[in-house]
Amino acid sequence: MAADSYEDVVKNKESIPALEVAPQDLYHAKSFWTKYIFCQDAKVIGIQYGLTAVAIGLVGLVSSWLMRMQIAFPGFIPMDAAQYYQLVTMHGMIMVVYLLTALFLGGFGNYLIPLMVGARDMVFPYVNMVSFWVFFLAVIILASSYFVPGGPTGAGWTLYPPQAITSGTPGGDGLGIVLMLVSLAVFVIGFTMGGLNYVITVLQARTRGMTLMRLPLTVWGIFTATVLALFAFPALFVAGIMMTLDNMLGTSFFMPAIIQFGEKLTHEGGSPILFQHLFWFFGHPEVYIVALPAFGIVSDLISVHARKNIFGYRMMVWAIVIIGGLSFVVWAHHMYVAGMNPWFGFFFATTTLIIAVPTAIKVYNWVLTLWRGNIKLTLPMLFSIAFIITFVNGGLTGLFLGNVAVDVPLSDTYFVVAHFHMVMGIAPVLVILGSVYHWFPLITGRFLNERLGKIHFWVTFIGSYSIYFPMHYLGFMGVTRRYFEVFEGEAFTYSITGINQFITVAALVTGAAQFLFIYNIIVSSKFGKKAGKNPWKACSLEWRTKDVPPTHGNFDKELPVVYRWAYDYSVPGADEDYITQDTPPSAVANARAEQT
Amino acid sequence: MFVVLLVLIVILGSVVFHMVSPWWWSEIASNWVGMDDTIILTFWITGAVFVAIGLFMAYCIWKFRYDKDKKAEYEPENSKLEWTLTILTTIGVIALLAPGLIVWNNFVTVPKGAYEIEVVGQQWGWMYRLPGKDGVLGTTSIKNIDDDNPFGLNTDDPYSLDDVLVDADDLHILIDRPLKLNLRALDVLHDFYVPQFRAKMDMVPGTITYYWFTPIKTGEYEILCAEYCGTGHYAMLGYVYVDEQKEYDEWVDEQMTFEEVLASNGKSDLIKIALNKKNDL
Repeated sequence: MAADSYEDVVKNKESIPALEVAPQDLYHAKSFWTKYIFCQDAKVIGIQYGLTAVAIGLVGLVSSWLMRMQIAFPGFIPMDAAQYYQLVTMHGMIMVVYLLTALFLGGFGNYLIPLMVGARDMVFPYVNMVSFWVFFLAVIILASSYFVPGGPTGAGWTLYPPQAITSGTPGGDGLGIVLMLVSLAVFVIGFTMGGLNYVITVLQARTRGMTLMRLPLTVWGIFTATVLALFAFPALFVAGIMMTLDNMLGTSFFMPAIIQFGEKLTHEGGSPILFQHLFWFFGHPEVYIVALPAFGIVSDLISVHARKNIFGYRMMVWAIVIIGGLSFVVWAHHMYVAGMNPWFGFFFATTTLIIAVPTAIKVYNWVLTLWRGNIKLTLPMLFSIAFIITFVNGGLTGLFLGNVAVDVPLSDTYFVVAHFHMVMGIAPVLVILGSVYHWFPLITGRFLNERLGKIHFWVTFIGSYSIYFPMHYLGFMGVTRRYFEVFEGEAFTYSITGINQFITVAALVTGAAQFLFIYNIIVSSKFGKKAGKNPWKACSLEWRTKDVPPTHGNFDKELPVVYRWAYDYSVPGADEDYITQDTPPSAVANARAEQT
Repeated sequence: MFVVLLVLIVILGSVVFHMVSPWWWSEIASNWVGMDDTIILTFWITGAVFVAIGLFMAYCIWKFRYDKDKKAEYEPENSKLEWTLTILTTIGVIALLAPGLIVWNNFVTVPKGAYEIEVVGQQWGWMYRLPGKDGVLGTTSIKNIDDDNPFGLNTDDPYSLDDVLVDADDLHILIDRPLKLNLRALDVLHDFYVPQFRAKMDMVPGTITYYWFTPIKTGEYEILCAEYCGTGHYAMLGYVYVDEQKEYDEWVDEQMTFEEVLASNGKSDLIKIALNKKNDL
C-alpha cells in the first residue's frame, strides 16, 4: 500500500498505475432488439434482472398473503393442505433465490459495479447478456411448474429428501419437484456467467487509481457475495442433480430403504442427511450472499446521507471478507437437531458465535458513522435506520439459534421463521428500498415522490416489525412451523388466534404498501422532480458520468482517475462537504484529508 | 424528527411487549432447565445490546440532525475504540457460548442408568416399542416390515420376542427416570417434539437418532411433529403420559409383546426359531 499513500499521490501523479486491462471497443446497439432486449450494456442488464426479479417476487409476496390468510382466517380463502405447502415452498424459494439473490447480484451488481469502479462496462458484456437470459429461462421454468398436473413442489424451500421426491408431498411424485430442480440448475448456470463477470470486472477493470482499498463498500459487499456464490452454488447444483437422478433414474444418493404408505420403495443405502449437508453448504453462504451486498450498500447510504465518512473503513472491509470466509464453516448450525453426529454441535456452535464478532463490528461502525455526523433524514437514510434496527434484532436472535443447546427447543418453531425473516428478509429488503430511493435519480434522472415515499417507509417499517417481532414469542411457546391448520396446542400458554390475526393484517398492509412503491416508481420515472447531476452530493464515481442517466460506455472520452477513497465527506479545510473520488489533491489544496 | 420517536417506540415497545407478553413457554416438565436458563441469559445479554444500540442511535439521529451551517466530524478510524468494542463483543459471545456448550454436552451424553424406548415415525402417526423384560430392544430392518410385523423386527434376534409393541399415537413413560428415546423413521423425516420437555431431534430413515431426558412432572403432554413431513405434517400429533410406576406398569401390561403378536397371527413356527436362538445364548 505504500506506493498509494496520500503523499505519494500528491507529489507524483505518475505513480498511479496504468489500467490492468486495455480499453476495449464496446458493442454499440443499433436496433431496439440489441438496445433493450438482447442488450450488452450492464446497466440495462441490471434493470432487466431487477424487473424480472421483482415480477417473480410479487408472486412470492402474494403467496405470503395467501399463506397468512390461511393461518389467521382459515376458510376465508379456500385451500387444502397441499396448496398451503405449495405456497410456503414457492414463497421461500422465490424470495431467497429468484428475488434477493438475483436482485442484489444481477440487479445492483450489474448496474453499480462498472460505474463504481470506473469501468465502461463489465469485462465480458456478451456473456453478461446471456447470463440474464439464462436467469430469465430459470424463472420461466419455475413459473411453469404452477401449470403442470399436481402443481409446483410443496417440499418446503429446503427440499429435504425423502419427502421432496415421494408421494406424500405435493408435487413430489409429479413434475413439480423436477421443474424446481431444473430451474435451480439453470439459475446456477446463469448466475455463474454473471458472477464471473462481476468478480473479474472488480479485479481487472478498475480505473486508474482505484485501488482495492478505495472501493466503495457497495462494491466490496457485492464482490465478496459473488465470490461466495461462485463457491456455494455448485453444492446446490450437484445436490439438485443427484436428487433428480434419485427421482428419475432410481439412484440412491439421498434415499435409504424406506416403506411409504405400506409400499417398499426400490431405493437403498442413501443418506438424507448428506443432502442437508450439501444444501446448507450452499444455504448458509446464501444468507450472506444476500446480506453482504446489503451491508455494503447500507454503509454507503449512511455515509452519504450523514455527510460523514464511513467509520472504520478498513475494519469494515475486513469484516466483510472475514464474514464471507466464516460463512463456509457454519453450515451445520441449520442441522443441530437433524440427526447428524451430535459432537458436530460443539464445532458449529463455536464457529457460528465467532461470526457474531465481525458482524457486531459492522453494526457499531454504522452507528458510529451517525455519531457526530450531519444527518439528513432523506428516504435512503430512513430506510438505513430501519435496516439497522431490524438487522440488530435479527442478528441478536441468531445468537439464540446459533448456540446449539438453545436451538434445541427453538428449532422448527416460529422463532426461526421470525429470526430469518428479520435478518435476511426484511433487513436486506429495507436496504433495497432505500437504495432504490438513492439511485433512482441516477437511473432515471428524477427523484421518487417524497410524500409517497414517506408513507411507504412508515408502513413498511412499522408493518414488518409488527409481523415478525411478536412471532418470536410464538416460537418460545413451542408453536411449530409449517402447520396448515392453526391449532391451539395444549402446551401453549395463551391463544395464538388473536396474535396470528394481528400478524396477518400487518402482513397484508405491509405488502400493499409495496404496490404504492411500485406506483411511485412508474409515475416518478415520467413525472418525478428532475434530479440533475449528483443530487445527493456523493463522492463515488457512479455520479461522475458524462450524462445522467449514464449512457453506454458510462464515462466521457477519458476514464476518471481516482485519487482518494469514496468517503471524503466533511473534510476539514475543504470548501464543500464532499470531495469526489476523481478530484485531484491539487484542486482541494486546503483539504486536510487523512485517508486515501 | 418523528423517526427519533419511532426508534424509541420500537426499542421500548419491544421491551414492554416482552414483559407483558402472555405468549411464553409452558412450565418445563423435564430436566432441561439448563436450556431455559441459557435462553434467559441470552435474553439479558442480547436485550441489553439491543436497547443500548437503539437508544444510542436515537440520540445520534436527534443530536446530529442536519444543519447546513455545521459540518460532520472527520474521523476515518479510531482503532482504540474499534478494538475495545471488538474485545467486549468477544467477551459477550464467550459468556453465551460457554454455558450453551455445557448444556449441549449434557444433552448428548446419555446417563448410564437410562432406560430405552423406541419411537417410530411414519406418514402421519407414531408407534412405540419398549424393550420388554430383557431390557434390550431387538434389532430391526425395513425389509421385514409387513402387516404382521409393523416394526420390522428381526425374528431371529433373541432380544426381539419380548419387545412390547405399541401401534398407537400415545406413549406412557416413567417419572423421574432418565429415558433415552431411540428415534426411527420409516418413510421421511419426522421429529418427536413435546414443548414441555424442550428436547427434540429429527428422525431420519436409514439411521437411528436419539435424545434423552428425565420427566419431572406427571401429566399429559401433547406431541407435535416438528420436521416437515408432507401434506399431513400438521396432523401428526399424539400424547405422552408421564406416570408413576404403578400406572405405568398397568399400561405396559395391556400392551402386546412381539411374541404375542406373532402368536395371534398364527406364526408359532417363527416363535420357535426365535426361542431356540435365545436358548443358544
